[in-house]
Amino acid sequence: MIASHPAGRRRVIDGARFFRLASLASALLVLVALAGILAAMLWGGWPVFRAFGSGFVVSADWDIGRERFGALVAIVGTFSSALIALVIALPVSLAIAVFLTQLAPSALKRPLATAIELLAAVPSIIYGMWGLFAFAPLFARHVQMPVSELVEGMPIIGTILHARVPSGVGVLTAGIILGIMIVPLIASVARDMLDQIPTAVRESAFGIGCTTWEVVRHVLVPQAGASLVGAAMLGLGRALGETMAVTFVIGNANRLSPSLFEPGSTIASRLANEFNEADGLHLNALLALGCILFVITFVILVLARLLIARVAVR
Amino acid sequence: MEATLDTAMSIRAAPPSLVRRRRVADRVMKFACLAATALGVVVLGWILLMVAIEGVRGFSTALFIAPTPGPGSAGGGLANAMLGSLVLSMLGIGVATPVGVLAGTYLAELGGGSRLAATVRFLNDVLLSAPSILIGVFVYALMVRPMGSYSGWAGGVALAIIATPVIVRATEDMLRLVPSSLREAGAALGASQARVITSIAWRAARAGILTGILLATARISGETAPLLFTALNNNSWFDPSLMGGVANLPVTIYQFALSPYENWQALAWAGALVITLFILALSIAARLLLDRKAR
Repeated sequence: MIASHPAGRRRVIDGARFFRLASLASALLVLVALAGILAAMLWGGWPVFRAFGSGFVVSADWDIGRERFGALVAIVGTFSSALIALVIALPVSLAIAVFLTQLAPSALKRPLATAIELLAAVPSIIYGMWGLFAFAPLFARHVQMPVSELVEGMPIIGTILHARVPSGVGVLTAGIILGIMIVPLIASVARDMLDQIPTAVRESAFGIGCTTWEVVRHVLVPQAGASLVGAAMLGLGRALGETMAVTFVIGNANRLSPSLFEPGSTIASRLANEFNEADGLHLNALLALGCILFVITFVILVLARLLIARVAVR
Repeated sequence: MEATLDTAMSIRAAPPSLVRRRRVADRVMKFACLAATALGVVVLGWILLMVAIEGVRGFSTALFIAPTPGPGSAGGGLANAMLGSLVLSMLGIGVATPVGVLAGTYLAELGGGSRLAATVRFLNDVLLSAPSILIGVFVYALMVRPMGSYSGWAGGVALAIIATPVIVRATEDMLRLVPSSLREAGAALGASQARVITSIAWRAARAGILTGILLATARISGETAPLLFTALNNNSWFDPSLMGGVANLPVTIYQFALSPYENWQALAWAGALVITLFILALSIAARLLLDRKAR
């Protein structure tokens, strides 16, 4: 059959080759996109890196009129809000993962897991609105004001938790909202990792008389080990680059304040606020900020994926 | 394991106080886990409740038929923003679906264990969690600056870059679940590799791939940051040429929520409710689709 229709056969082969090429090209597009993002940032940020050198990273200036730019405030804001988020989210999400895999009655497991995952699907702008209009006023009245008054005059803590104007927005608020946002992400990865541990391992620990907590603490967590660190870093990567939720609640100030109650800004929030009105060196400075954010998140995400993948393969 | 055995040996000889301490620690930690989960559910409930209450207040027929009002003018709706969002999301998913499915197919079926496939697989996971605002900046440099204006096309491309890794991942995972005996049966009948993939593997993994596409749609329809520098926003109905700013729901919500006008703020909440319902419905539909397939 095939031999009698050489033209038909040729078409089949060409179709197959086309299919292979199209698949390969699509796969390469993923690489191109990632490289393109880096290239766009580097190319756009280059004039600023050249003009300010390493001073760009350590300077707290952000004077658009005089064209003096430094990334320090945004970098500090990015890291401090993301680290606060991680400190809040990590214990909560590990506890949720343990509850979902070890403790919950099986009738509750699936609905609860679904609810936590839906929390991850809610767009970040909703978290931002909730943070600004619902959380921030309560936070100002019931946390910022009393705590700020309580610690006033104390060394160190009196500075860290000092609120000049208790408005509810600030670096700590941003960290808390980010923390809420990354809980579902960390919890669902951690849950997958705990689920992958063979039941026999768990059961033998129970068999020698361990309590549930001892099984979790001494058997499951060491088994899941590095992958749980990977899950946490995945959450950290998300928190570092999150834009909308932070922009609503961080206050968007270019001030380097030692107090967590004071407004600040992150790289992403500064991009969101200023990018559309920027031109000239200001635009280059924003792209340079983007470049720094890209490098930071890239490193964190690569580490996270390596840690998670190593366990998944084992 | 040996350490655990040692613990067990010492447990038998343990005094009653140690047993009690272990039991108390167990209770406390169990309760902490329960409390953390309850906290998660309560916060989700609180956020959804607030969006529902504030959003319903802004609901009216005008919301779905009138365009966004200008600064200071009364009334208005979000019809143009909803339509624009729908167009942008469809554009994004329309580009991302073929690219994502083909790339996922390459990773699962064609690339095999090659170094290129491993690299793409790994970097796809990184792109999946890359900050979406940087994708907006990238598309700004790629399209908006050369073309000289914000455009719906740029917005669509930005959304496509966000959706693609989701679809790549889902496609690869789902194709890997297809038993290889199916492929071998096809190959034994003389079907070409492309034929085996399109008629057998894709068909078997259809529900899973569709789930991935639905989840990608849910993800991009709430994305705000990548649209800020690409599609931006507009107060009128979208221009079918998609040149110039295109009204869309997330950016409208962002601008209206932070505005001083009361009717704008009400519209922002109504829009937040619409978008949340849409995304939750999509996510639940995707989950049901996969569950039905799994059963």
